[in-house]
Amino acid sequence: MLGMTWAEWLPLIFLATMGFALLVYVILDGYDLGVGLLLPFADDAAKDTMISSIGPFWDANETWLVLGVGVLLVAFPMAHGLVLQALYLPVAVMLIGLILRGVAFDFRVKAPLRYKPFWNRAFFAGSLLAGAAQGWMLGSYITGFDAGPFGIAFSLGIAITLPAAYVLLGAGWLIMKTEGPLQMQAVAWAKRVLWPMGVALVAISAATPLVHPTVAAKWFGVPQVFALLPVPLACAVAFFAVRWVLTHPDLVRAGHGWIVFAATVLIFVLAFFGLAYSIFPDIVIGRMTVWEAAISTASLNVVFVGVAITLPVIVAYTVFMYRVFWGKARALTYG
Amino acid sequence: MTLDALMLSRIQFAANISFHILFPTITIALCWFLLFFRVRLVQTREPAWEEAYYFWTKVFALTFALGVVSGIVMSFQFGTNWPGFIETTGNISGPLLGYEVLTAFFLEASFLGIMLFGRGRVSERVHLTATFLVALGTTLSAFWILSLNSWMQTPAGFEIVDGKFMPTDWFAVVFNPSFPYRFAHKLLASALTAAFLIAGLSAWQLLKGTATDGTHKAMRAAVFTAAIVIPIQFVAGDLHGLNTLEHQPAKVAAMEGIWETERGAPLTLFGIPDEETGTTHLAIKIPKLASLILTHELDGEIAGIDAFPDAHPPVAPVFYAFRIMVGVGSLMLVVAAFAAWKLWGQRGRARISLPRPLLWTLSAMTFSGWVATLSGWYVTETGRQPFVVYGVLRTSDVVTSVPSPFIGATLVAYLLVYGLLLVTYVGVLKYMAENPVTHAPVPVTDAGLGKAGV
Repeated sequence: MLGMTWAEWLPLIFLATMGFALLVYVILDGYDLGVGLLLPFADDAAKDTMISSIGPFWDANETWLVLGVGVLLVAFPMAHGLVLQALYLPVAVMLIGLILRGVAFDFRVKAPLRYKPFWNRAFFAGSLLAGAAQGWMLGSYITGFDAGPFGIAFSLGIAITLPAAYVLLGAGWLIMKTEGPLQMQAVAWAKRVLWPMGVALVAISAATPLVHPTVAAKWFGVPQVFALLPVPLACAVAFFAVRWVLTHPDLVRAGHGWIVFAATVLIFVLAFFGLAYSIFPDIVIGRMTVWEAAISTASLNVVFVGVAITLPVIVAYTVFMYRVFWGKARALTYG
Repeated sequence: MTLDALMLSRIQFAANISFHILFPTITIALCWFLLFFRVRLVQTREPAWEEAYYFWTKVFALTFALGVVSGIVMSFQFGTNWPGFIETTGNISGPLLGYEVLTAFFLEASFLGIMLFGRGRVSERVHLTATFLVALGTTLSAFWILSLNSWMQTPAGFEIVDGKFMPTDWFAVVFNPSFPYRFAHKLLASALTAAFLIAGLSAWQLLKGTATDGTHKAMRAAVFTAAIVIPIQFVAGDLHGLNTLEHQPAKVAAMEGIWETERGAPLTLFGIPDEETGTTHLAIKIPKLASLILTHELDGEIAGIDAFPDAHPPVAPVFYAFRIMVGVGSLMLVVAAFAAWKLWGQRGRARISLPRPLLWTLSAMTFSGWVATLSGWYVTETGRQPFVVYGVLRTSDVVTSVPSPFIGATLVAYLLVYGLLLVTYVGVLKYMAENPVTHAPVPVTDAGLGKAGV
């Protein structure tokens, strides 16, 4: 790979940028959606606190999705059309979900009080539609848009697993950002969803090599199987770290609750790495490599300049924003 | 008109972009109004400015959220419904959209949180800067997307290699011939839309007796802005029209309802265009005026629809939409001028008083900016047909291969959601105007203790 030319490197840089954006999206909006999924299980006062905890962030979090699909559009237009046409219906479902969730933030507090329960339900329904549709899209993408019984079962499996993982992230977020009874309730929610999510994750990881023999060869060949061993091991460690904190509420009260969120993020990052490793260098499995999908080097150069300058700035002010709203969630007031 | 994948995709995209544009049209300018209210507050320390800022920030947050969620839909529909557009023009449209996301979307989305909820957590200076950056982000976003839109209208700086558009001169691409006119026209339209929204809701509050001290400040700012901007908009619109005549004569022929190429063309004030027969029924015409306006000569020649066989837009929608836009604009001119004249003598007073019929008129015109904006967009976008990139790439060549029942089903779902949101949005604005929450100003004493240490 070291002998590659700039023209060959550029598509890889954009692939990495797209992967980074989508991973950041799944983690950041993942906790937003997870909190939305937990909303019906909380009382009215807790609902307000939960939404306050994500209020300043959700809009910027969602923008990472636009960047991810934007890079797909900008750098890999061939794959963009192919993937989005194949995922036409789940994309529409996700978009409607994101619309309902997004407007519910404002409508639930600005519309007359009698409509608040309606918009709370819309918030939950939107989060569920978006999370499940994203899971379905991921499953469909991994199976190469297989519309047979196996492909549907696989997609359905991820459509259920991803929202469960979002719930764990959301509960982890609430453990960090809230106090008292709500924090303990978040611990209980996380505990309930932990095992089903873990089992489903293992099942998906086992099923993926069965779908594609090439994936199996990539993972189980010698010597890479030894080099890759730390990935599942670290996943297991993260899983049991979450479990350890959740079963010892004293640790949460002592201020170690952040471990739940951090370890869940680690699981997401590792799962993402595993997926990326399995698919690379294809951008649409078995049909199109990253180099075949890319636009001209000249146009990629133009965008590369923009990405190289703006992305670090974006990351910097994202960190700044999180620092401004650091600490336990307060009631949101406009000033 | 058959409802095939092409027509359904066009309706769906038109529905989405029409719904979307309503909200950025407000927020682009409203954010600069907010910055003005804040700056006045810092200068004068009058609580009235705080009230105005507080109320309109709530409106801004709501409007911005609707713009964000409907905008995300757009970014996906390029791929789901118009894959051929990105596949053939990706080398040009891709970077322009990419720069919009990178320079504008993150800027506005990230600093919005600080702008809305950050007071007391950051210093006054950082908060003002955040407000400024959100305003800058919305305007930059308009810059990039209008650059792409204008490039589709008046493509420049490219060559076609193996059926794909390749950029040859990026400056010519970004600042293509119609871009400066369209950008100016759009920003002014946004200023008018926001100004009439502010004036309309403020008038409603004055009528309903729910006005706060801030209402009076906001009303004055809105009316004077409208009165200053609307004449400029007429000039900008006229220049835009002349630019269109130069680059897209078929669109102008449809706008003016000119069927056959002629010298000394009359201006059709109104009529019923009939595409079958190629005439305009019941036309009210002023001789030679169209030639005079468009060519600045009484006997100037104007190309008619007949000059563009198989390459002209449908006449009736463009013709009607153009008249609605100009009609609403003229009404805005009269109302804004009258209201500004009434307010001119009340400068320096904390409270204003306007005649009730004027307040009712302003209330009725709360969303007049939406009507003018949408009809203007229909003129320019329908007027671009049957091309997606004017003169080079046909819309029918880039449409999706998704089965049309899928498109029909999602179209119905989008329309239901958009209908619900539009009704709720207007209802919530009315409710907020009638029930203003009195606001205790936030003391900024702990500003130095902001969590970020700024």
